[in-house]
Amino acid sequence: MNSNRGLDHDEKLLFEVGDVNRTGVDLSEPENLNHMIGDSFSDSEIGLAGLSEPETVRHYVRLSRKNYSIDAGLYPLGSCTMKHNPRLNEKMARLEGFSEIHPLQPISTCQGALELIDLISSWLKELTGMAAVTMAPKAGAQGELCGMMAIKQALLNKNESHRKIVLVPDSAHGTNPATAAFLGFEVKTIKSNNSGLIDFDDFKENIDENFAGVMITNPNTCGLFEADIVKISDLTHKSGGYLYCDGANFNAVVGKLKPGDLGIDAMHINLHKTFSTPHGGGGPGSGPVVFSERLEKFCPAPLIENDKGEYDLIENLHEESLVNSFGRLNVFHGQMGMFVRAMSYMLSHGADGLKRVSEDAVLNANYLRASLSDRLTPAFEGYCMHEILFNDDFLKGTGVETLDFAKAMIDEGYHPMTIYFPLVIHGALLVEPTETESKQSLDHFISTLRDLVDKLKKDSESFKAAPVFTPIRRLDETQAARKPILRWKEEPLIAV
Amino acid sequence: MTEIFYTKDHEWIKVNGIEGVVGITPYASEQLGDIVFVELPQKGISFEQGKDVAVIESVKAASEIYSPASGEIIETNALLEENPEIINDDPLNAGWLYKIKIMNKEDLKNLMNEEDYNKLIGV
Amino acid sequence: MRYLPLTNEDRKNMRGVIGIDDVNELFSNVPRSVSLDPTFNLPNHKTEMEVGRILSGIANKNINSNQAPFFLGAGAYKHHIPATVDHIIQRSEFLTSYTPYQPEISQGTLQYLFEFQTQVSLMTGMDVSNASMYDGSTSSAEAVSMAKRITKRNKVVLSPTLHPQYAEVIKTLISADEDSIDYKFSEDFDVTSLISKIDEDVSCVVVQNPDFFGSCHTLEKLADHIHSKGALLVVVVNEIVSLGMMKSPGAMGADIVACEGQSLGNPLNFGGPYIGLMSTKDKYVRQLPGRIVGETNDMNGEKGFVLTLATREQHIRREKATSNICTNSGLCSLAFTIHLTLLGEVGFKKLSKLNHEAAIKLYNKLNGLEGFAVKNKSFFNEFTVKLPINASVFVEKMAEKGVLAGVPVSRLENQDDSFSNLLLVASSEINSDSDREDFIKLAKEVCYE
Repeated sequence: MNSNRGLDHDEKLLFEVGDVNRTGVDLSEPENLNHMIGDSFSDSEIGLAGLSEPETVRHYVRLSRKNYSIDAGLYPLGSCTMKHNPRLNEKMARLEGFSEIHPLQPISTCQGALELIDLISSWLKELTGMAAVTMAPKAGAQGELCGMMAIKQALLNKNESHRKIVLVPDSAHGTNPATAAFLGFEVKTIKSNNSGLIDFDDFKENIDENFAGVMITNPNTCGLFEADIVKISDLTHKSGGYLYCDGANFNAVVGKLKPGDLGIDAMHINLHKTFSTPHGGGGPGSGPVVFSERLEKFCPAPLIENDKGEYDLIENLHEESLVNSFGRLNVFHGQMGMFVRAMSYMLSHGADGLKRVSEDAVLNANYLRASLSDRLTPAFEGYCMHEILFNDDFLKGTGVETLDFAKAMIDEGYHPMTIYFPLVIHGALLVEPTETESKQSLDHFISTLRDLVDKLKKDSESFKAAPVFTPIRRLDETQAARKPILRWKEEPLIAV
Repeated sequence: MTEIFYTKDHEWIKVNGIEGVVGITPYASEQLGDIVFVELPQKGISFEQGKDVAVIESVKAASEIYSPASGEIIETNALLEENPEIINDDPLNAGWLYKIKIMNKEDLKNLMNEEDYNKLIGV
Repeated sequence: MRYLPLTNEDRKNMRGVIGIDDVNELFSNVPRSVSLDPTFNLPNHKTEMEVGRILSGIANKNINSNQAPFFLGAGAYKHHIPATVDHIIQRSEFLTSYTPYQPEISQGTLQYLFEFQTQVSLMTGMDVSNASMYDGSTSSAEAVSMAKRITKRNKVVLSPTLHPQYAEVIKTLISADEDSIDYKFSEDFDVTSLISKIDEDVSCVVVQNPDFFGSCHTLEKLADHIHSKGALLVVVVNEIVSLGMMKSPGAMGADIVACEGQSLGNPLNFGGPYIGLMSTKDKYVRQLPGRIVGETNDMNGEKGFVLTLATREQHIRREKATSNICTNSGLCSLAFTIHLTLLGEVGFKKLSKLNHEAAIKLYNKLNGLEGFAVKNKSFFNEFTVKLPINASVFVEKMAEKGVLAGVPVSRLENQDDSFSNLLLVASSEINSDSDREDFIKLAKEVCYE
């Protein structure tokens, strides 16, 4: 008996099914000319397993079927904004005029590319109400680094590098303090109050002459809009600091308000969250950063200049427009493929559509809150924004932990929500439906969760055993970290 | 006579004369969860009290171990390389991390005794 | 709006359940001083057809590499990508899946990444690899950062023939620590000179191979010297296809390898998204940044894969994280691994040979041309040509005549006039004999008319 089960096929490793003699590509025959590589030439075996085309297709199609995806079902992952990935985006990104151009072609031969980058730049500036934007960062984390590097450069520029203290709320994502520390700042944590918002008094108390800035997320990681944000930005500026905003939750307010009106100095935007570029199993992403006038001149390379429809690319750090730049984050010009996808999304929605996006996203989350708050326990009173945070009070006395509850959702056909984040809430469950879920989809999700909660008292054992319907169940992550096996290795021949 | 002291970062040090043995408390071991890797200091290197000396990694967290007292590393627990889980099983004895030659016994005055430590962790 | 499933009926219904009359009640935390629903100077929504017209219009303003004989390299290379690759990466389960944090429902992603890690380790001749990084330049910066952590030393020596933008990226990301980085861009890769820079404070030496000018180097002697001083050798590879005909960086003594993997599976895309590869020795694995997939067993003893060694990542280590990076190149790594699977050992080596031979054929023709001289003694598929005229002017005029002839060195380094006549010319299996003939014919016209 094999280990296949109906449509679930087992699929061995490439190196177990392929070999060095098989190939799925027809290439012309080399002429075996005398090589000109020099002494570093080599013809030794590398060990790369190959497959014919039919075998390759089968291998990867079978692997694909072991993955959950947004196309197949809801991902209620808080702060991830797992919205539908429009296929038009994919078609546009594959237009040869975008996908088949080299980054270092003469500027006269790629005016369209520069126009596209300029177009998305102007949309992002208009949507955020900010003075400048850099499209360079290749992911959200790099966007964060970019924003903080600009702040560091700005302080250096004013001879105020003694300002080393960056304040970060206790609810912040771990990347925030990590980025600040990486850049040599000293991180101080500010408390959240009982409403899940930044404690303004604690914030005020932590400001002194060494204050460099504050990193906030708005709406914050508890799914709430920071009501004191304008007070915070005012005080930040009066105290000689800068306000960095983690834009992971932009989906709650895009098209509805301008972050620039809140007094932020820098904000990164995740094109793979708010602007629908696909998550692709982990990447590629894109994390452009918008800047206020105070930080504009510290932008990294490159810059696009638009002189009445004639575009130029400013790449070299010696050039005038880049003289105050903090440097270069990546080779070439950024994630063009993701710009095209995001632009296709933005053009499709327009200003009216984007307003609908944030309204529907926030409506969907509150609909979930209203429909679930008698079964799960919301961490905070009042309406939420685009995501709803629950604590594990509803699990008290059942013997079931947040992790078990999450695994049980897998058996119900759902990817679990974000769990154990933010750290300020015990056993946190953070749910973000996004605007691309229909009411029917939400109703099904609601009834599933309600049923699961009801099941807690009757059959808590089943939660500990979950998931049972997946081919693999509760993998041993301790073993993976203690005895890392990070690649296939050829088995040594055993002498008999 | 061996005395045992505790730090607020959940390390313990067993002191006998000028020699100290350092480890983490059962409370810390439990908080960390399954320990997967330990990065120990090299013999012969000296550390001041409070400096980060070692790292203990679990599946979900990585924790710095801060030197309870100033001293020179004279021995490290070689068994932990292959079997870091010894710390989870027996954090107070077999799970010891390293031994030091204490440079300044005054440092010990800053540490807690068992009673105060238990108060700290709410026992 | 086609991506928004809620109907007005739904919205009314849901408002009722929540207990509000107007969706703006949900935005009540927004301070009064901030305008809700401001006017945006942006158009309203558009149909698919309209969006298609606008973007096609913009795309058509570019000359793309399928429309002209194409000879550009300098860190991004054009190769033929088999049709299967793009088809498979667009499968829902790959395109629209999330990071594999829930391994029970992500074994597809985790398994292909494990296979990918194996392929990268084999190609680079190293023990272990991560699941990819953003691109070759950030991989290189991360490799330097890693070398500094391992050796606990601050100084960094960059080979003079390292891609200038790579050097800029390393300086930007590593200077975050205020350290000394030795880099002076030059055509001369001189092992003796490099060796003289290595002292007890140097953490690593970064060497690109084949280098920015296209030359191929043996690194064993340099590696020995570096190791004798307690430092590490970081090798950077921009054209991954070169590994089909060259000794692997591992075989030559590399401690950490950082590559740009774009050549396999990933189109030129005007510079992104690309894929950074990173590999190293077993003993340094806990210093390797980025995501890593490991094999383990589930509760029934079944073999499976998980993301592992995550505690190095910044969201857990916070201040002590090994890196700021917490993403990999996902779909680009899938494209890479599928392309390499289709090629296999046989195909990869053949592809490599075809690339090298394309360069040899162009080399022979160019060296026969009056006023043109190829400066390299060795090369894989890219070399540097000294032209009789300014290289930027040459390239513009060639483009006007319908050939994308190469990358002027001055595009990357415009402060020093001594590079102004130098052109980087890359060849690949996509170049035909008639492409090369066009190049030669038009080059003569551009220079001598």
